Amino acid sequence: MSQDVLESHVNSEYKWGFSSDVDAETFPKGLNESVVRALSAKKQEPLWLLEYRLKAYRQWLNMSPPHHWANFKYPQIDFQNISYYSAPKKLPSLKSLDEADPELLKTFEKLGISLEEQKRLTGVESQIAVDAVFDSVSVKTTFRETLAEKGIIFCSFSEAVQEHPELIKTYLGSVVPASDNYFSALNAAVFSDGSFCYIPKGVRCPMELSTYFRINAQGTGQFERTLIVADEDSYVSYLEGCTAPRRDEHQLHAAVVEIVAHTRAEVKYSTVQNWYPGDADGKGGIFNFVTKRGICLGDHAKISWTQVETGSAITWKYPSVILKGHNSIGEFYSVAVTNNHQQADTGTKMIHIGKHTRSTIISKGISAGKSHNSYRGLVQVRRGASQARNFTQCDSLLMGDQCGAHTFPYIELKDSSAIAEHEATTSKIGEDQLFYCRQRGLDPEQAVALIVNGYCKDVLNKLPMEFAVEAQKLLSISLEGSVG
Amino acid sequence: MPMTSPNPPFLLSVNQLHAGIEDKPILKGIELKIKPGEVHAIMGPNGSGKSTLSSVLAGHPQYTVTRGEVWFNGKSLLEMEPEVRAREGLFLAFQYPVELPGVSMTNFMKTALQEQYLHQEREPLNAKSYLAYQKQKQAEVQLDSRLGSRSVNEGFSGGEKKRNELYQMAMLQPKLAILDETDSGLDIDALKIVAQGVNALRSPDRSFLVITHYQRLLEYIVPDVVHVLYNGVIVQSGDAALALELEKHGYDPIKARFQ
Ligand SMILES: Nc1ncnc2c1ncn2[C@@H]1O[C@H](COP(=O)(O)OP(=O)(O)O)[C@@H](O)[C@H]1O
Ligand SMILES: [Mg+2]
Repeated sequence: MSQDVLESHVNSEYKWGFSSDVDAETFPKGLNESVVRALSAKKQEPLWLLEYRLKAYRQWLNMSPPHHWANFKYPQIDFQNISYYSAPKKLPSLKSLDEADPELLKTFEKLGISLEEQKRLTGVESQIAVDAVFDSVSVKTTFRETLAEKGIIFCSFSEAVQEHPELIKTYLGSVVPASDNYFSALNAAVFSDGSFCYIPKGVRCPMELSTYFRINAQGTGQFERTLIVADEDSYVSYLEGCTAPRRDEHQLHAAVVEIVAHTRAEVKYSTVQNWYPGDADGKGGIFNFVTKRGICLGDHAKISWTQVETGSAITWKYPSVILKGHNSIGEFYSVAVTNNHQQADTGTKMIHIGKHTRSTIISKGISAGKSHNSYRGLVQVRRGASQARNFTQCDSLLMGDQCGAHTFPYIELKDSSAIAEHEATTSKIGEDQLFYCRQRGLDPEQAVALIVNGYCKDVLNKLPMEFAVEAQKLLSISLEGSVG
Repeated sequence: MPMTSPNPPFLLSVNQLHAGIEDKPILKGIELKIKPGEVHAIMGPNGSGKSTLSSVLAGHPQYTVTRGEVWFNGKSLLEMEPEVRAREGLFLAFQYPVELPGVSMTNFMKTALQEQYLHQEREPLNAKSYLAYQKQKQAEVQLDSRLGSRSVNEGFSGGEKKRNELYQMAMLQPKLAILDETDSGLDIDALKIVAQGVNALRSPDRSFLVITHYQRLLEYIVPDVVHVLYNGVIVQSGDAALALELEKHGYDPIKARFQ
C-alpha cells in the first residue's frame, strides 16, 4: 500500500474535549489509608464497607501492575500525583435539577445526555434511563420511579450502599474480588461512584438502562464501580458511554463492573468507550484499566458483552463471563479502533464450568497511524464442563504500515468433550478497495468509513439501534485523518 | 494551462499519454479521441496496457503519468482526484471488481449517487424515490434483486460481479463508460446480457470505451471505431471490420510488425 495514500496527516478532532468550570470539592493529591478513610466518611459509608476498602488498599500495596503485554509502553503511573475524589459542590436534589450547578447541567446538555425525563412519543420502549456520573459522583439518575413500579432498582452506587446495603453486601466483590488484579484492588479501595441495578425475578426491564461517565476535573482519577444483578428469569439491556476533556497529561480510569445473572436471566451490556485518546503525537489521553466480569450463576443464564472501543491512550480490558450454570451462554462482541499513538490490549475470558455451556467471541481490531491493537483472549474449559463449546473469530484490519495488530488466543481445554474453534484473519484496507469506492465517487474518508463499518457489521448489529448509529459515526471520526 | 479543451467536439481527448508504474513505462504515447455517443473498442494481446490505460484514465494512484494530457468534457482530467472524475461522469467497469465485505450494495450506491448529485448541484433523491430508481435499474440490467441487497461483490460469482458493474453503470449514468474486459470469463448468455445492457444505455450523450481481448463481444456491441493497443501504443485504428480481421489472423501479424 502506498505511503502517501494511507499515512495519517491530519489529527482527528475529538469533539468531546471541552472542559467545564464547575465549582468542585477535590481531595488533595495522594493516596494513603487516611485518604481511603476520608473517602468512606465523605460517603457516610457503613463500617463494613470501610473495612472492605482498607483490606483492598493493603492488598494493593503488595501488588504490582500487570506487565504481561510485551507490546505496551507507558510511563509509570504516579499514584501519589492523583486526586481520588472530586465532586461538584452543587448537585441536583432528587426532585429537581434547579439546585445543580448550571455549568454541570450545561455539560451534559452539550454531551447530548438528557437529565430530564422527557416522554417520547414513541412510548416507553425507546426511552433510556440514565445515571450520569461526573468525576467522583452520580449527578442524577432518571426514570427511577417508573422503574421502581416494576421493582427495578436503578440508582447510583453510593445510594445503593445506603438504601440496599444487604444487596451490596451480598454481591460486591462476588464476581471480581478486590485481590483479582492490581487495578481491581485499587478500585476496591478508592471507588467513588457508579451505578447499581437490580432486576427482580421474572421482570423484563422496560427500557434501556445506561450510565454516562464524564471525567472533568484535572489531575484526578476516575474509579467507578458498577454492579448489575439480574434475578431469575429477568432481562436487562445496559449501555455505558464515556468522554473526557482534552488534556495534556494522562488521566487514570480504573473501573470495575460486576454482573450477576441468575437462572434464565439475560444481561446485555454494551459499551461505547470514547475517552480522550490523546493527540496525534501521543500527548495526553486516558489510561483505561478496567475489569469487567459477569457470572452466569444459574442454569440457562446469558451474559453478552458488546463493546466499541475508540478512545483512551491505553485500553486494558477483558470483559469476561464465568459460565457456572449449566447451559449458560457467554458472548463477547468487540470492535477496537486505535489510531495515532493509541494502544489497546483487549479481549475476553470465557470460563466454562457448567455443562453444555456455550461462548461466542467476535473481535474486530482496526489499527491506523502508529497504534498498536492486541486481542488477548482466554477460553478455559474446566474439568466436568462437558460438551462446552466456544467459537472465536478474531479479525484484524490494518490501515497503513506503521501500526501493529497482534492476536494472543489462550485455549485451555480440560474436558475431552469440549470443542473450541478459533478463526483469525488479518487484512489491510486494500488500495484497490479504496480506489473502487473512489471510482464510484466516494471521497477517501467516506470510503474508509464505509469499509470499516462494513467490516464491523457483525458487532455493530449487536448494539441497540440508537447506540449503533452513534458507534458508526464514532468509528468514522476516530479514523479521520488516517487516509491522506 | 488553459481551463477548457482545445477540442470541444470530443468528449475524451487523450494526447501523447505516457504512464507507468514505479520506473516501468507501460503506456508510451497514447492518442485517443472519442466523440459524444461513440463506441470505441480497444483490442490487444495480454499485457499490452489496456487495463493500465483504463486505470490511468480513472486515476488509480498506483500509476504515474509522465507525459501527456487528457481532456474530458472540456476539463483537464489528470488534475482531478479519482472521485471527482467519477462525479464528472467517468465510469470504469473493472476487470476484477473488488469485494467490500459487510458494505451493503444499497448503502454503497446511495452514497455514490448522493455524491454525484451533490457535485452536479442536483437535488438528492429521497429514500423512497431512491428505492424506486434502484429497482428500475436492477430490472434494466436483469440484476437479481437479491444480489442488490447483499454486500458489494461479496461471494458473487465472476458473472455476477460483471453484472453488478453494469448495474452500477446504469445507476450512475456516466458520460463515458470504460468497460475493461467485462466479457472475459462470461458464457455466451451472460455476454449477451452484458451487451444488451450496454446497448440499452447507448445514447447520443454517452460514450463507451470497450476493452476486450476477443472479437466475440463486438458482434453484439457494434463499435464505431476499433483500436489495437500493443506495447503501450495504439498501433492501428479502423472501423468494425478491423475487429473481424484481428479475429481471423490473431495478434501475431501485429506483434511481428511492431516488435
Ligand atoms: N501493478 C503492476 N505492477 C507491475 N507491473 C504492472 C502492474 N500493472 C500492470 N503491469 C504491467 O504493465 C503491462 C500492461 O499490463 P495491463 O495494463 O494489465 O495489460 P492488459 O490489460 O492489456 O493485459 C504488463 O507488462 C504488466 O505486467
Ligand atoms: Mg487487462
